[in-house]
Amino acid sequence: MKDLRTISVTVNGTPYSREVETRRTLADFLRLDLKLTGTHLGCEHGACGACTVRVEGEAVRSCLMLAVQTNGKSVATVEGLAKDGKLTPMQNQFWEKHGLQCGFCTPGILMTMTEFLEENPDPTESEVRDALSGNICRCTGYQAIVDAVLATAAQARGEQ
Amino acid sequence: MKPSPFTYHAPTTTAELTELLGTLDDVRIIAGGQSLMPMMNFRFVQPGHLIDLNTVGGLAYVDVQRDFIEIGASTRQRFLQRSQDIAKHMPIVGEALSHVGHRQTRARGTIGGSLCHFDPSAELVNMAALHDAVLTLTSVDGDRSISFGEFGLGFLTTSVQPNEFLRSVRLARWPEGHGYGFEEFAMRHGDFAICAVSCLMTLDDRGAIDRLAVAVSGVSETPVRLTEMEGRLRGTMPDAGTATDLAAAAGDIEAMSDAYITSDYRSHLARVITRRAFTKATERADQRVRA
Ligand code: FES
Ligand code: FES
Repeated sequence: MKDLRTISVTVNGTPYSREVETRRTLADFLRLDLKLTGTHLGCEHGACGACTVRVEGEAVRSCLMLAVQTNGKSVATVEGLAKDGKLTPMQNQFWEKHGLQCGFCTPGILMTMTEFLEENPDPTESEVRDALSGNICRCTGYQAIVDAVLATAAQARGEQ
Repeated sequence: MKPSPFTYHAPTTTAELTELLGTLDDVRIIAGGQSLMPMMNFRFVQPGHLIDLNTVGGLAYVDVQRDFIEIGASTRQRFLQRSQDIAKHMPIVGEALSHVGHRQTRARGTIGGSLCHFDPSAELVNMAALHDAVLTLTSVDGDRSISFGEFGLGFLTTSVQPNEFLRSVRLARWPEGHGYGFEEFAMRHGDFAICAVSCLMTLDDRGAIDRLAVAVSGVSETPVRLTEMEGRLRGTMPDAGTATDLAAAAGDIEAMSDAYITSDYRSHLARVITRRAFTKATERADQRVRA
């Protein structure tokens, strides 16, 4: 017998109410139930960070949370970053600095680093690397990602 | 993979929680979920009932008392990392937390979850050993408090009974100005430690060791306190010779081996890292402090 619950979640500002199986992870809820496939699943056990979304503002791994646990909460995913087709400054810097190749890791990295810069608007390179440590990228070698994040921060401080 | 089916419970009070624990079989409690969810996704663990600790109120707090700091089981690792009280009175905990997973996992992971999971290399398990933790377990019959030694039985195994949950942990405070050092070696930062060593120290007005605590993790199935050496080094000057004695004691712990790390290598790391933690604690210890 399926254990079902009806949950109400706000995702990228839009309220949703859905019946979900309680074993449904937040990642699968976003991807399969809401068809928000921008959140990627690399490992499903908390190792790669591709699934990172923000719950109540905090960057968390959506493969390690159940959808029922977000009942009444707000969730932000990569789909909510660009508004009306206009990329965020960080997304633009990823483009400029070649911060992505295949793009599989990118949604998780954008969600993580957006949160990080809100907390630390003037980070050192080593702080950026530390904040990035929970996200695996198999393409870029990270250098271009670090450059993009540092450039975003500099731009926000009016230095570029 | 995905978790196998379970029945989900979201109690809002500790009374509801203990009631559920007292009546249901085949239960797992989920706190931050940063260890349990991977195990459920892998189907290493397939509980019939999953009880969510996140909906229970009043279990996330840091309460500074004269002799100890009491931390509620649901307190997130990130909260502890940002806590001014922890930074001021127990700075080594912040240092240890910087090695726990990554920012996304610390946002969810809790101290109670880390302790109950009882990974022998976990930094917070090491902190509990180092600070002579007293753990409060709660069931329908009320509370009982046990020492860290009674709590941790072995690899991923604690003495928490099926009808109980961990409510809070008390970590013994050290005097202001005590020296502290946490050192660890892992394949990558944020990975499970192969070996981690923590050290607390106070010096008397001559600069000799007045009180010392050293906890070595990752070498055997539970963190090991170097109790005998801690006592023996009292009154000695914290110099290279003392560090060598301490390192030797860490190297004498019977070390585990697995497919990747031999016991010889673990013992070697235990010696090297113990020396580093001790040296750091010595540098930071304020000479006027008396325990
Ligand atoms: S899919 Fe969640 S961390 Fe890899
Ligand atoms: S761009 Fe391909 S994994 Fe990061």
